[in-house]
Amino acid sequence: MRALRLTALLYLGALLVAPVGLIFYRTFERGVGAAWHSVTTPEAQHAFWLTLVLVVIAVPLNTVFGVATALLLERREFRGKSLLNSVIDLPFAISPVVVGLALILVYGRTGWFGDWFAEHGIRIIFSAPGMALATIFVCLPFVVREVQPVLREVGTEQEEAARTLGASPAQTFWRITLPAIRWGVGYGVVLSTARALGEFGAVAVVSGRISGVTETATLRVQERFEAFDPVGAYSASVVLALMGVAVLLFMNLLERRRKRPRAQTTTEGLA
Amino acid sequence: MAIEATGITKHFGDFKALDDVAVHVPDGSLTALLGPSGSGKSTLLRVIAGLEEPDAGHVRFGDRDVTSVSAQDRGVGFVFQHYAAFKHMTVRDNVAFGLKIRKQPKDKIKARVEELLKLVHLTGWADRYPAQLSGGQRQRMALARALAVEPQVLLLDEPFGALDTRVREELRDWLRRLHDEVHVTTIFVTHDQQEAMEVAEQIVVVNEGRIEQAGAPAEVYEKPATPFVMEFVGPVTKLGERTVRPHDLQIVQEAQPGALEAMVERVVHLGFEVRAELLPTDGPALSVQLTRAEAEQLELREGEVVWVRAAYGPWAPEFRSSTKVA
Amino acid sequence: MTSASLRARPAIAVRVPLAGGIAVLYLSVIVLLPLAAVSAKAFEGGFDAFWEQVTQPQAVAALKLTLGISLVVTLINVVMGTLIAWVLVRDEFPGKSFVNMLIDLPFALPTIVAGLTLLALYGSRSPVGIDVAYTRVGVAMALLFVTLPFVVRAVQPTLQEADREMEEAAASLGAGPWTTFRKVVLPNLRPAIVAGGSLAFARALGEFGSVVLISGNLPYKTEVASVFIFGQIENDNVQGAAAVSVVLLLASVILLAGAGRFARR
Repeated sequence: MRALRLTALLYLGALLVAPVGLIFYRTFERGVGAAWHSVTTPEAQHAFWLTLVLVVIAVPLNTVFGVATALLLERREFRGKSLLNSVIDLPFAISPVVVGLALILVYGRTGWFGDWFAEHGIRIIFSAPGMALATIFVCLPFVVREVQPVLREVGTEQEEAARTLGASPAQTFWRITLPAIRWGVGYGVVLSTARALGEFGAVAVVSGRISGVTETATLRVQERFEAFDPVGAYSASVVLALMGVAVLLFMNLLERRRKRPRAQTTTEGLA
Repeated sequence: MAIEATGITKHFGDFKALDDVAVHVPDGSLTALLGPSGSGKSTLLRVIAGLEEPDAGHVRFGDRDVTSVSAQDRGVGFVFQHYAAFKHMTVRDNVAFGLKIRKQPKDKIKARVEELLKLVHLTGWADRYPAQLSGGQRQRMALARALAVEPQVLLLDEPFGALDTRVREELRDWLRRLHDEVHVTTIFVTHDQQEAMEVAEQIVVVNEGRIEQAGAPAEVYEKPATPFVMEFVGPVTKLGERTVRPHDLQIVQEAQPGALEAMVERVVHLGFEVRAELLPTDGPALSVQLTRAEAEQLELREGEVVWVRAAYGPWAPEFRSSTKVA
Repeated sequence: MTSASLRARPAIAVRVPLAGGIAVLYLSVIVLLPLAAVSAKAFEGGFDAFWEQVTQPQAVAALKLTLGISLVVTLINVVMGTLIAWVLVRDEFPGKSFVNMLIDLPFALPTIVAGLTLLALYGSRSPVGIDVAYTRVGVAMALLFVTLPFVVRAVQPTLQEADREMEEAAASLGAGPWTTFRKVVLPNLRPAIVAGGSLAFARALGEFGSVVLISGNLPYKTEVASVFIFGQIENDNVQGAAAVSVVLLLASVILLAGAGRFARR
């Protein structure tokens, strides 16, 4: 067991811990000032702001969709249910670059709806709306997949009891069902947020990567790297990494509250 | 509020859970739906509650047809086997739930909740959470919650099934006394024939989606309408070809008309009762239930040869109509 | 079916026709529509045009490389993932819960950041003297990073719920620990390992962000399929991009279906 433990720890250390640790070190190598300056330039600030906007749009939408769909799948029988179930997993299977391509083909100038949008002066691709769509796409399944097993486990008895006591379907949902699934929803929201924060490939294709306009924090990391500004790249990375660590901590916290074995659905996303 | 269910049929996919079932529950009575697992008794209860929709048939509360009325509007109190407690609410909020839904004034709710908690002996527990209560306490809370909105009908689905024997017996007793006090038309589902016999005024025996018999406990026990009812509601043993109750048999020392010759295989002392396991020279093994006094008088020994006959009940030659209670 | 128009209502807030319709609409607009567009584009010029794009030497190289590296990486992480899961479930040591939390790091960290961190440690200015930038090993490392949690998290719960008594019985019959593992534990873990491995494989096939920096995107050498597709988009060969995308899509969807069969039982 000792040997196994050592092997495991060495592997994790070399693959996960050391690289991440080095970034923190390299960022502050030239002093906190330089790092701070890098993340507070107008372009950098815009990038972080845009990332947050995308998160604020994508996560709530997918949360509502997620809870509604989980209820549909766990509390209802209908034809095409297994098809719906499979389609929901698609965002997990698709390379983010393909997601970006797909959006261009629908909403781009030469895409299916390109003319309609152009006529109405709405720009989807190379603009925030397109990036929002990309973010929504990649985060779609998380809340559904986290709420489904909780709904299954909680069962219908409490809901039936509420009904016999005179509660309407809406009252039953808000007072009984939602409180029962809240940790599943919370966990799903945390995972979605992490995914949205970290999205790169799809927004890279869809955004046009115009610095200061359509650049997210993740795109900025690449941009700074290619501009031979390692401190810029590292410091942006550190900010994102800190957000990632916050996510990890939340995940861990909610994990314990959920009190059930983890990874019943191991289909986490692609970036 | 009398309950009338007629022509109830219910399928789950291909499985027929209820087959043209009819039940009558008199106003204010305490009725048991008794049957083995999968017999359809819970399904019938849920149809009456409005939690399941029948494929055919009608349900009436008094003279009101409630077949198409949702559970929300039927005015039933329902108690589940596993309590269905609202885990995120205190005991007080659980009991008050139905009243809050109906937007009753706060002080009225408070008073009613306290009244009910007193009724179910949970007065000091109002601010605890269900997880902090024992199984028996949770079920009492569930009962209080169901009664809070003054239902016309109280339905209980194997209410004591998840509890320890001791607690079960206490609550059984307590339900009976509660019913005497509150007089709501009550139906409860159970697979435990003893429970049904002890608590109910009327027993409805359900098997494979059909009603086998409905009647008072004594009637169902002594005048079973079908072999299933006889075997399910009380102990049985075989005397030759016939199914009889072990306590309806009598052991005698000499041959008599209608008696079977048998060897005593084993004599088991069960406190006040004695069970003698006999092997007839001709026919399957059987058991006879005697009192301790009777066994002593006979001086039964293992290996001894005796004769056994039906002395009581419907098979006894001298008692054509069974009036004797064993 | 009942003839009553006022049917007994269901226990929850969602009514199938309305909510089902909205969910399906949302799903269609967000997911299905774009995917249909890719497929349509890929076959715009007929099957021949599709085939021509897909059999271009650079495309073939990218696909072969992607498949090869993904397979190797999956196999490595199947072994390491199972090992790590075993240690996390069966071993005790201070800081174990911290290590457990660490496994989720690749899910919490943006892929571009992951790639950058690996490049910093194992690239041209490596403090430990290991330089795998612009090599296939570098690509593999990035993929190992992002696919690590899949197998671990798939195996952990199964291991946790495993019946220790079987292993104890084997021991009492004279089996050593490795034999017991091979003959008693592993067969029971197989579904979980396959499920986790399939997800890891699917993820590796499409991975972009973590690979894009460390690989240098050298065609025929380190250019993976996703980077190739990206390049084709930038060079306005949208049809070529779509064609190769369809191939990738197919592979991932098949893998996901396989994983789903095991995971959802």
